[in-house]
Amino acid sequence: MEQRSAMKKVREKTKRKTKEVEEEEREELFNLNNKAAEKDEEDDDLSDSEDSEYSGLEDSGSDSEDEEEESGDVEEDDAGSNEDHDKQNQQTKVKNNKNKKGTTEGKQEKKEDEYEHDTSDEEDIRNTVGNIPMEWYKDFPHIGYDLDGKKIFKPIRNKDELDEFLDKMENPDYWRTVHDKQTGRDIVLSDEQVDLVNRLQRGQFGDINFNEYQPTVEFFSSDVMIHPVTNRPADKRSFIPSLIEKEKVSKLVHAIKMGWIKPRRVQDDSKDRYYDLWASEDSSILAKHRMHLPAPKVPLPGHEESYNPPPEYLFTEEEKAVWEQQDPEDRKLPFIPKKFSSLRHVPAYSRFIHEKFERCLDLYLCPRQRKMRVNVNPEDLIPKLPKPKDLQPFPTTQSLVYRGHSSLVRSISVSPSGQWLASGSDDGSVRFWEVCSARCMKTVQVGGAVKSIAWNPNPALCLLAVAVDSSVLILSPSLGDKLVVSSSERLLAGSQEDNPSEGPEPVVWSETEGEELKEGIHLKIQHPKAVHQVTWHAKGDYLASVMPDNSSHLQVFIHQLSRRRSQNPFRRNKGLVQSVAFHPIRPFFFVATQRYVRIYNLVKQEMTKKLQANSKWISNIAVHPGGDHVICGSYDCKLSWFDLDLSTKPYKVLRHHKRAVRSVAYHKGYPLFASASDDGTVIVCHGTVFNDLLQNPLIVPVKVLRGHVITHDLGVLDVTFHPTQPWIFSSGADATIRLFT
Amino acid sequence: MGGTQKKKFERGSATNYITRNRARKKLQLSLPDFRRLCILKGIYPHEPKHKKKVNKGSTAPRTFYLLKDIRFLLHEPIVAKFREYKIFVRKLRKAYGKTEWSAVERLKENKPTYKLDHIIKERYPSFIDALRDIDDALCMCFLFSTFARTGKCHVQTITLCRRLTVEWMNYVIASRSLRKVFISIKGIYYQAEVMGQLITWLVPYQFSHDHPTDVDYRVMATFTELYTTLLGFVNFRLYHSLNLVYPPKKLAALSASLARVVSTAEEEDAQLDQFPTEEEDLEKAEAREKEQVQLETQKKIFEGLKFFLNREVPRESLAFVIRCFGGNVSWDKSVCIGSTYDVTDETITHQIVDRPNVDKRYINRYYIQPQWVYDCVNAKVLLPVEDYFLGVTLPPHLSPFVEEKDGDYVPPEKLKIMALQRGERPEDEEEEEEDDEEDDEEENEDDEDEAEEKNLKEMEKQKSQGKSLQVKVTPGKMKVENPVRLEQEEKAEEKRLAIMMMKKKEKYLYDKIMFGKKRKIREANKLAAKRKAFDDEEKAKKKKTKN
Repeated sequence: MEQRSAMKKVREKTKRKTKEVEEEEREELFNLNNKAAEKDEEDDDLSDSEDSEYSGLEDSGSDSEDEEEESGDVEEDDAGSNEDHDKQNQQTKVKNNKNKKGTTEGKQEKKEDEYEHDTSDEEDIRNTVGNIPMEWYKDFPHIGYDLDGKKIFKPIRNKDELDEFLDKMENPDYWRTVHDKQTGRDIVLSDEQVDLVNRLQRGQFGDINFNEYQPTVEFFSSDVMIHPVTNRPADKRSFIPSLIEKEKVSKLVHAIKMGWIKPRRVQDDSKDRYYDLWASEDSSILAKHRMHLPAPKVPLPGHEESYNPPPEYLFTEEEKAVWEQQDPEDRKLPFIPKKFSSLRHVPAYSRFIHEKFERCLDLYLCPRQRKMRVNVNPEDLIPKLPKPKDLQPFPTTQSLVYRGHSSLVRSISVSPSGQWLASGSDDGSVRFWEVCSARCMKTVQVGGAVKSIAWNPNPALCLLAVAVDSSVLILSPSLGDKLVVSSSERLLAGSQEDNPSEGPEPVVWSETEGEELKEGIHLKIQHPKAVHQVTWHAKGDYLASVMPDNSSHLQVFIHQLSRRRSQNPFRRNKGLVQSVAFHPIRPFFFVATQRYVRIYNLVKQEMTKKLQANSKWISNIAVHPGGDHVICGSYDCKLSWFDLDLSTKPYKVLRHHKRAVRSVAYHKGYPLFASASDDGTVIVCHGTVFNDLLQNPLIVPVKVLRGHVITHDLGVLDVTFHPTQPWIFSSGADATIRLFT
Repeated sequence: MGGTQKKKFERGSATNYITRNRARKKLQLSLPDFRRLCILKGIYPHEPKHKKKVNKGSTAPRTFYLLKDIRFLLHEPIVAKFREYKIFVRKLRKAYGKTEWSAVERLKENKPTYKLDHIIKERYPSFIDALRDIDDALCMCFLFSTFARTGKCHVQTITLCRRLTVEWMNYVIASRSLRKVFISIKGIYYQAEVMGQLITWLVPYQFSHDHPTDVDYRVMATFTELYTTLLGFVNFRLYHSLNLVYPPKKLAALSASLARVVSTAEEEDAQLDQFPTEEEDLEKAEAREKEQVQLETQKKIFEGLKFFLNREVPRESLAFVIRCFGGNVSWDKSVCIGSTYDVTDETITHQIVDRPNVDKRYINRYYIQPQWVYDCVNAKVLLPVEDYFLGVTLPPHLSPFVEEKDGDYVPPEKLKIMALQRGERPEDEEEEEEDDEEDDEEENEDDEDEAEEKNLKEMEKQKSQGKSLQVKVTPGKMKVENPVRLEQEEKAEEKRLAIMMMKKKEKYLYDKIMFGKKRKIREANKLAAKRKAFDDEEKAKKKKTKN
């Protein structure tokens, strides 16, 4: 009987196993893992937690020897029981077959079936000793009792340290062998189990198929679902009137009827609340009211606020986009105009309360200040000037255009007789024109860009100074009166005087020969650096040349033509020289550097005045034929008029031009001056100078002359007046010269 | 040197101003109480002329009150009331905490209250002052009267606001002082002339408000507290000026007149008196007289007309406006109490409807949309009803508050209305077309000019090319010089040259003024261009439909 019952038990077990192995494996594994994880951390508490942790494993290991067939990996220490084993194996197989065939066993088996699917038996422990330290059993041959109260024996042979070591060395599965204290067995973990342990140690989920990042399903979101979350039908009580409430209400009604409850007393003082407050008006003004600034009223609405505005007040798409992008403070209108086809479509204005609230804030929080607004008629601001008509003559229209140059014309000069016009251009030629007919009389190639050109002001001579590269050429155009031509040529030829040279001269005078002489070039004054400007003294004997250089004192030379002598009047460098000019009557010399105009007395050899131009960079200066006034143009669009008797500061600064002023000029006879600028205009101004010292000069702009085309950002480069007529010549970057009369 | 050293910031403007925090400390008030006091007493910050001086050299942004204003607050009896109230609240809380209900009862009975009468009198020494400042009060009371009774403010405040606004409207009806009405997207603007003062107020549309959360209702409630007091006193005075009893009874429906207004004829006689005037003033006097006549006709614009309001139109506003100008008005009984006659009344002349069509129509009345009433009031004449029939696209509703100056853009509808006011009949579109043709002619002229210029330019070009100048003589054209144009050009040039000679400072000012002017012109041109584009589009559509 015993045997049979034992066999039954075994059968039971195996059956159970075959069915449950798959199901329970997971649990097992979990528990195993727990153990593995915890083993690392808390070795001390091991004894306490062991039992529960191993509980899942009991299935496989609790029944001493009988059940190792499930896995061949499990090491069986007990070699002696092998035979038994085989028998049992066979029997279980038979049983299984029987089961498959549908044959039923006895009642007992049926009873046991109830527990077949009972998976909640985590407490199903084969060893019933409970949660105790297992070392209490170390002196006994068994390690506990099974469910029937029979002893569970320890494995027969215990491993000592040597065994352990040998095992460690030889057994390839040693690393995956775990000792189960409760059953006293070693368990070898399968690959899946090891994998699971690893995964859990990495902090991952035990189940491979588990997706941690499943898309969340939001049950309570802002979207209105078509189906309710709960499918519970509404209670009946929500459809029928509440009896309890009815009772309560009827009680209250009764109480009110009987006069037990009285309505809250309302103070009705409307009769005496208001009275004629201003019955006795006293006009005494409090101190506060003197400083009182009444709040401005809310501005009245315009057409655009209408519910049905004219179509032009509605926003276009672009305007709407702009409005939406703007900050609320920058918007011209605080709302978007809208059109409604009828009054019933008009909705409530959503910002109504906001706007009223903002008004409240303005009333009590906004600082107030009295501001005087001046109503100025803009016409009154315009100064009353004499009419240009009354200031005639002045050039008004463009009458001639001199064409022929192929590059920008940098400089022009009119002969003292007024019959000829010389022009120097970047194309390396000097051209001579007849003023009245615009005919080019002569062209001289000088072999370099002509920077400056100046006609000798002496009417008895017919000479021209030309600045080309680093030399100044004296040119005799041989135009006009033969007497004059011959006298000037004689002057150039005759003045042969060898002056003893003291050391190396910076300037070399040389006479030309051959081709150049044939063209009319008589003398060549070689300078050490590039010459930018030449200008004659009024008498026609002296000639000044400018070589702007910031680092040297050799910037200005004064040459004497009759004696072929040159001298550098300045010992020290006072800045980059921009332009020089001779005083028309007195022995004064004007030197314009970047910011200042210095006036030197050539006789006394000292500086007499220093004019402050108040501009960043002077471009050109011109001296009034009277000699008491100077104008200077600057690259920062200004033209300053200096009255030398008045002050060293400009008497007037004119900002007429939009671009840099390139050139300025006075008329010799008429009270006119002109400025030429990069904006392509020449502005002619009337500037009367009075002999009375008390009266300031009268400056009136009279004409803006246009005609030049702006090329390469350059407009008009040079401007000069006709010596006798109220005509003006201008040369521009468009390679033309224009005459305005 | 003699004399004591003068310390900075101890004289002058620095001593006239006080920062808000210092003011609050001086008055020993909490910030909410200080705010309330400022609102009630009408104290506002001042912007000092030299802020740095007042701020003792610092440029930190601070608000400054006048020291005099704050000193003036020191003696305000209401400050004591604020403190009493604070203590009352403390005691009440304590009583509640100890569950001493009798004490709670007792305290509640003796709740400290205050009156604002003296503040009103002090802020507005004369009645006209009060009237001048009543715009905001009306706006706020009308807003509060539309609030639902849901805890944003006391129910009593809402009912009081409603009562006062209805009283005000009834006064305006009785005195026939409404002048202008404007339906905007915000609400309906009304302008009345009371005792020579123009008073404008805005009434929101009758919808429930969705109350914003970023608005401090306590501030608004404090203002309303003041405004209701002010409006009550003003109403009292106004009713008494018409020999009416205040407070009146049962007016909410705006249907019953206050009393048969006493003898308007007498007043008219008084107004028609003429004073001997100097000749220069004669024109002005005439203009004034004309205006007076116009006003009188406007006041009686709806007299003799009988209106019936359908249920979908804003009843209160329309009833108010119609009755202000002498019309009779009624509505369906079920809409509101106070209807005087039924739809079936045969004597009704106008029925105001705001729906696409009406099932049952009576022959002897016009079915018009509500805008007609408002437009008539603003135009001061009865406008033709055809434009306002059911289902018709309404003409634009213009703001009566805009007064166009020279150079401003005037919408064509306004021009039409002005023509109607002058008594001209609206003419057909043919004239417009003629105008168009004229425009075309002008354009043609311009084109010719342009062509001429082009020719000249070409010639110039040819000249400038120089080499390609053909030696060919073409018959010269007589250039007709327009002397007027020449003169204009000369003048323009003169002006330009004179502007060049302006001083820098003046030039800046001048440029600024001219910029403003130009911007104005640009805006007007933009509007005109938009209108033209719209009209062209309309015309094109019409043509398409015709074809």
